[in-house]
Amino acid sequence: MTATENPTNYKWVGTRPIRHDGFDKVVGKARFGADLNLPGQLHGAFVRSPHAHARIVSIDTSAAEAMPGVKAVVTGDDFPALDPTHPNYDTAVNCMARGEAFYHGHAVAAVAATTKAEAKAAAAAVEVEYEVLPAVLSIADSMADGAPLANPNNHTKFAPPGDPSNLATITNLARGDVDQAMADADVVVEMGFDCAHVHQGYIEPHACVVDYGDGKANVWCSSQGHFRVRSMTADVLGVDNSKVKVVPAEIGGGFGGKTTIYLEPIAAKLSEKSGKPVKITMTREEVLRGSGPAPSAELRIKIGATKDGELTAIDGWMAYGVGAFSDMAGLIGAMSVASYKFPNLRMETYTALTNTPKSAAYRAPSAPHAAWAIESVVDEIATELGMDPIDLRLKNAAVEGDLTAMGMPHPRVGLVECLEALKASDHYQSVPAEGTSRGMAVGFWFNIGEESSATVNLNEDGTANVITGSPDIGGSRASMALMAAETLGIDVYSITPIVADTESVGFTDVTEGSRATFATGKAVVEACEDLIEQLKARAATIMGVDVGEVAWVDGAAVSPGHGGGEGGDPLTLAQITAQAKRTGGPLTATASLNAAGAGPSFAVHCADLKVDEETGEIEIVRYTAVQDAGTAIHPSYVEGQMQGGSVQGIGWALNEEYIYNADGAMENASFLDYRIPVASDLPLIETIIVEVPNPAHPYGVRGVGETGIVPPMATIGNAVKAATGVRMTSLPMSPPKVLKRLNER
Amino acid sequence: MSRTHINCIVNGEPTDFLAADATSLLDALRDELGLIGTKEGCGTGDCGSCSVLVDGKLNCSCLILAPEVEGREIITVEGIADGDQLHPLQQTFLEGAALQCGICTPGFLVAAKALLDANPDPTETEIRYGLAGNLCRCTGYDKIVRAVQEAAVQLNSTSKQGV
Repeated sequence: MTATENPTNYKWVGTRPIRHDGFDKVVGKARFGADLNLPGQLHGAFVRSPHAHARIVSIDTSAAEAMPGVKAVVTGDDFPALDPTHPNYDTAVNCMARGEAFYHGHAVAAVAATTKAEAKAAAAAVEVEYEVLPAVLSIADSMADGAPLANPNNHTKFAPPGDPSNLATITNLARGDVDQAMADADVVVEMGFDCAHVHQGYIEPHACVVDYGDGKANVWCSSQGHFRVRSMTADVLGVDNSKVKVVPAEIGGGFGGKTTIYLEPIAAKLSEKSGKPVKITMTREEVLRGSGPAPSAELRIKIGATKDGELTAIDGWMAYGVGAFSDMAGLIGAMSVASYKFPNLRMETYTALTNTPKSAAYRAPSAPHAAWAIESVVDEIATELGMDPIDLRLKNAAVEGDLTAMGMPHPRVGLVECLEALKASDHYQSVPAEGTSRGMAVGFWFNIGEESSATVNLNEDGTANVITGSPDIGGSRASMALMAAETLGIDVYSITPIVADTESVGFTDVTEGSRATFATGKAVVEACEDLIEQLKARAATIMGVDVGEVAWVDGAAVSPGHGGGEGGDPLTLAQITAQAKRTGGPLTATASLNAAGAGPSFAVHCADLKVDEETGEIEIVRYTAVQDAGTAIHPSYVEGQMQGGSVQGIGWALNEEYIYNADGAMENASFLDYRIPVASDLPLIETIIVEVPNPAHPYGVRGVGETGIVPPMATIGNAVKAATGVRMTSLPMSPPKVLKRLNER
Repeated sequence: MSRTHINCIVNGEPTDFLAADATSLLDALRDELGLIGTKEGCGTGDCGSCSVLVDGKLNCSCLILAPEVEGREIITVEGIADGDQLHPLQQTFLEGAALQCGICTPGFLVAAKALLDANPDPTETEIRYGLAGNLCRCTGYDKIVRAVQEAAVQLNSTSKQGV
């Protein structure tokens, strides 16, 4: 671990306590989305479109309703017709089609029955008549002149009102004079790339139980943000937020894919109609066919450089295929171009609709595609110039004040520090093992702030409950407890971190954008600082001194007569809470904020690999991930984010892809055929945490969750080029594709 | 619907339950016996989240029909600890931060126990192949492999002391 410029010696921040929720998770007691059962509950099952695009002519539910055990059937007609301009219109239509099915797997009806088997049988008995419509299945088809509309409700955002379009966003960014800079460049490299759809691949399928009664839907589900589940569910049902309560289950992975809803309003309506609680769990096949993968992409990147390695211009064209509903993937892709100074820049990006499942966020959404293309081209330039790839990047690395492609100046960022840390690492200093070749690449993610709330209640014995609304995806309870322990000056294990339901804590945005430890952590620290002021006032009362004479030191109140120079002992937090009743009652504090100043995070990865020339298989033999965490609150979980992101990126690079047939049906909808990395595919993932503190967080936190997935594709592609001389330009770099390119050499 | 009466031993306790013939062992454990520690990630034997030991052998409980376990001995994640005393694997998973979301953790603990029961001193490669039937999407497996290595060291040191 490298602590670049963090001189502070914290007592708790930076330590590695056992997570507070860990025991329940190793003994099998933790309750995830599918782990709640209510008395009398029914099981739900979906009817899904067998066509990529079709008009729903009629739905006959009478046979299904007469089946054994069936208690309720719902179709799109059971839900209010939202105005097409409503922000959750697309979510509503994606949960349940209304008159038109937009992709193979789109839900068109649902059934609730006494058993899972009865529900499944009844779903098969729902008779749907379709009129098949022309389907748009690729980005090229979507953007072609005269293409059929994937979704007639889509209009291009931020554009003057006009006819429906297959394009959701068109973003043109420019600075400087790109044409002149390219003409003046000593080296110009231009290449085209493409990426297939990939899935987040969380191991827990979507699941919920909804108990509807007295006009209210009581929802239990796993999600990245139960307040968003509440508002989306309420909108789809056409009710106020007060009529939906969401209790967060433990969440079995999300990676962006659980920032939206698929099941909750359907289960609510089935529960309302049947009068019984309804549980719905997706099968793995449904997860792959009916929940959101990451976009596909087509990219063309041209970069010009001087002979001494200054990257003078970038000219980019990027189109993201987002499935059948509006999305901002192209715009976000443009926002992710931010690693190098590029005095001249032209970036044209598109978000294109296709009749495939509605895309959802996936860890640094849109950035991996762009970085794969740009970092591959930068690698080609390094090779042409005969420069070390780290040195070329160091020469052009963005620092504070440099502009992103969007024209936003970077705050203090740690790209240079990350590049230097990799350059100095044991891995980069070593010679690649016999038969292996090396590649490296950079990744960027901007991170976000958004709204968070926290309540901290001090117990009468001096322990504390830290209550937030941020679902804990990978150790955030421990991070909250560490920051509270550091601020209050008490033991981390005397703190109970709690993720509370939508009626027990203030509004909190989704755990996304690497924001939980940054923004919710900031709210926790602010609530603890409020408590310290209250504790000082109580101590002043007990000590009989003016509050201005009281300081808070190491978890205790200190004044001149109490450990502050004139003898006596400080009053500990526990001594103050023990006397709370006679000094004014319980000690509690709440903080809520809309966090500004999220710190962008850079990562630099390095891989050594072998390419089997007979099969095209790539074997990663050594891998190092370097990332700027700002401050690592719990270093083990920071490393875990870096390692997990790296391996998702390795899967994206090597194996993972949605394979569609000519009719737009996914052909590999299982974990057998959609192959994510397993333990025997991988080496240990070495980590180097760089700490360039974010000045906008009390302990210097930057988000760390997402950036790790951005560099692996180019890291591996660059190493494959070094190994074989072949530049792979299509993801995934699966054995058949690699072998084909090797044979074409 | 007719249901079969099944007698078996679950986590050391003689247990009986009713299940329809087409019920998987996974569903029986979760729905009939309330043992929700065994998870369903795919239902097709591809992810290992539902791993259990049947007569000491590692199995995906989603691929076994409940009536097949008549008279057999089943260990789930709930049966790994010795009362309040966590199994060394559970302890090293906690100390080594080998879980993030935790949904795959029960399956990994059961699979790792099966591995160490059969091979008390595995190499890193043997651990990786021994756990290749279990999918984890959060950790990249690094800390899981290290936790199993550490547990093996602890178990071997305990057994050498004859405890």
